[in-house]
Amino acid sequence: MSGFTDQAGRPVIAITGSGVVSSLGNGKKDNWARLTNGESGIHAIKRFPSDHLRTTMAGTVDFMTPVDAGSTALTFALAEAAAVEAIAESGFKIGDFGGPLFLAAPPVELEWWQRLDLDGDGGENGVNEPGYERILHAARNRAHEEFFRSAQFATIGSKLRERLGTRGLPITLSTACASGATAIQLGVEAIRRGETERVIAVATDGSVTAEALVRFSLLSALSTQNEAPEKASKPFSKDRDGFVMAEGAAAFVMESLESARARGATVLGILEGCGECADDFHRTRSKPDGSPAIAAVRAALDDAGVSTDDIDYVNAHGTSTPENDKMEYLSLSAVFGEKMKSVPISSNKSMIGHTLTAAGAIEAVFSLMTIRSGTLPPTINHVTPDPAIELDVVPNTKRDATVNRVLSNSFGFGGQNTCLVIAAEPA
Amino acid sequence: MKAPVANDVVITGIGLVSSLGEGADANWKALTNFAGPVLERERFAPYTVHPLPEVDWSQQIAKRDQRQMEAWQRIGTYAAGLALEDAGIKDDEALCASMDMIVAAGGGERDTAVDTMILNRIADGVPDREVLINEVLTTELRPTLFLAQLSNLLAGNISIVHKVTGSSRTFMGEEGAGISALQTTIARIRSGQSTHALVGGAYNAEHPDMLLGYELGHHLHRDAWMPVWQRDRCEGGGVITGSGGVFLVLESRARAERRGVPVYALLGNVAADQGPLDATKTHHRLSQMADEADIGSVDVIISAASGSHARTSAERSFLSDNLTDIPFRGISTATGHLRDAQFPLAVAVAALALRHGSTPAPFDPEIERPAERAPTSVGVIALGYNAGEGMVRVSRAEGDGS
Repeated sequence: MSGFTDQAGRPVIAITGSGVVSSLGNGKKDNWARLTNGESGIHAIKRFPSDHLRTTMAGTVDFMTPVDAGSTALTFALAEAAAVEAIAESGFKIGDFGGPLFLAAPPVELEWWQRLDLDGDGGENGVNEPGYERILHAARNRAHEEFFRSAQFATIGSKLRERLGTRGLPITLSTACASGATAIQLGVEAIRRGETERVIAVATDGSVTAEALVRFSLLSALSTQNEAPEKASKPFSKDRDGFVMAEGAAAFVMESLESARARGATVLGILEGCGECADDFHRTRSKPDGSPAIAAVRAALDDAGVSTDDIDYVNAHGTSTPENDKMEYLSLSAVFGEKMKSVPISSNKSMIGHTLTAAGAIEAVFSLMTIRSGTLPPTINHVTPDPAIELDVVPNTKRDATVNRVLSNSFGFGGQNTCLVIAAEPA
Repeated sequence: MKAPVANDVVITGIGLVSSLGEGADANWKALTNFAGPVLERERFAPYTVHPLPEVDWSQQIAKRDQRQMEAWQRIGTYAAGLALEDAGIKDDEALCASMDMIVAAGGGERDTAVDTMILNRIADGVPDREVLINEVLTTELRPTLFLAQLSNLLAGNISIVHKVTGSSRTFMGEEGAGISALQTTIARIRSGQSTHALVGGAYNAEHPDMLLGYELGHHLHRDAWMPVWQRDRCEGGGVITGSGGVFLVLESRARAERRGVPVYALLGNVAADQGPLDATKTHHRLSQMADEADIGSVDVIISAASGSHARTSAERSFLSDNLTDIPFRGISTATGHLRDAQFPLAVAVAALALRHGSTPAPFDPEIERPAERAPTSVGVIALGYNAGEGMVRVSRAEGDGS
């Protein structure tokens, strides 16, 4: 084993650039200041009317695109900002990155304003009955290139490819709320296979719409504590009642440590390991014994070649749903044993909400910043701890700590479980 | 011919549902005796689609699970079950639990009744459209419909129904999703990151919202049906879609040999790219990919061409300029375009041709030529109707005894 290969003889993966946007701001500096200060980005929704909705708050990002630009435009703008920040930091050239793109992006479809626009168009063209026939009539009678692009799943990846100058066919992926972690994992695997010296992994989500809120509400997944939006996301608290939808994006530039050293790049940290395991129990609930999440945590530790003793801090998935937080506690306790009580663990979602597709990557960036700054971001809104969850959740206030290695968890609907191990640059 | 290597990637299972029938054998029979496509011309006029055949879902999916899915997920979960069965893995709990999976997917079906209700009420006049939409969606949407629409829930359903849980990843992006899914799966197995995997996708063409996705860009063919190579002088954009699902079981040669199962074919690495759509640059990319995927000397090409005018004509020029003497078959003529599952479909047909040692007679005798010899290697080419390109060489796996 040389310094450039890991315990399994594979290239060590250096993180040399990172970028983030969330409801707390654009860029790492603002995000980290506000996150460690325990500020919440959750607010009452202003982008669209929330009448009739059971949940009327979210962590929307309202400062990137005009209100009427639509989800696809926002999702792209978020991805672009995070990716540009990451590439700029890495020292590679924006517009000529030269490595593959792994993009976690939310599923797309036409939005209601677009359907109404088409239906109105069809009506003016002499089709009397509102509905899909009229919409299709409108579609074939006039070109709708922008609408077309906004509803193609490949669009955001294609636009990013052009903007960043990535190589090959971009991979766009979804593993629900684990997507961001999966994008990073795919990048790690590509470097380990020796296909490329560098990759950019981006995860983005600008998909908070009324329909999306209704859909999650119908599954009883969202908090309805609308009176005080900034207090609604309370992972690991007894009175938690669901997650808060949110938007954001994050990106990592990763490369082989050898390549990073050769070009004199600053190594921000090491992406040591990734682990995953699918759950076959239920579409939204986890297997009661937590075995898939346990397997994913263990797989990540094994992949990194480390043990639970080596983990200084856990960046929780911590969604603030009754189910997730209980299962996450159960799974971590099974892997770490008694010791879990003394390993600090906090949930960024208490401040930025659940950024869904982007969450795994945003939290990986925050994990890296935790290591680099020696500051544990808090779990805010921790007023009434859940007595069934015995964890040190870094309640309410940030804490100084020496952190060499972080475990970051991502779990999602459809049985998705992906965990990452991120470590400090080797001495 | 290169000597067999333990980490060679081979196909050991094919699950296939298309308008031509259910199962790999039925589809192969229909392709080798191709007399014309199965079409639905009325329901979505002026658009033609290749409809789903009669399928007894209960053969692969328990009733309670069927109720949680719409057509797209059912087709995919069914085809995945067929592939696992074909590979002899279906009832092997340990093999399924350690099996990796990449699914190529778009989104699921919307509730057209609810959408139409909203459009009608808004057309009648309401003070605030957005408030009305909130009200109707909140009261009318079925709670579980969202799970039938989420892109990664086809994979989720396959985990639940077939217990495939080693890993679960969903790739998106129309044809590119299917191309990348195979590319990544093959690369992972060849490098030892994975030993066996399920890869594929499904598409339900019989839904107005799915047609709309293409038609906003004027991609759909609107004239009488024509073979995929002959649509450029017709009304519309050239794409005729088809319902169907395709899953493949891939594994390392070493594992397949250890299991003692027959091998359909050996897979090369997938070459994939994307870029500007102008003729010169497209031609340049395709030439490079053909070199990279080593398909210059194959016996036959299975083309995933969509019929989309500009893209299909770019592919025709490439075939006639660069692969001049190689016969080709446009699979969409027979099955329609399966979008995310289109590249896996073409790979499945290539594998079947190798297993049976024959190339189907031309689907379009005006354009396609008969093949002169039994194929030992097949090139698969896919140009996405809007973006994305992929190629792969599929060849006879020597020493497989098949």
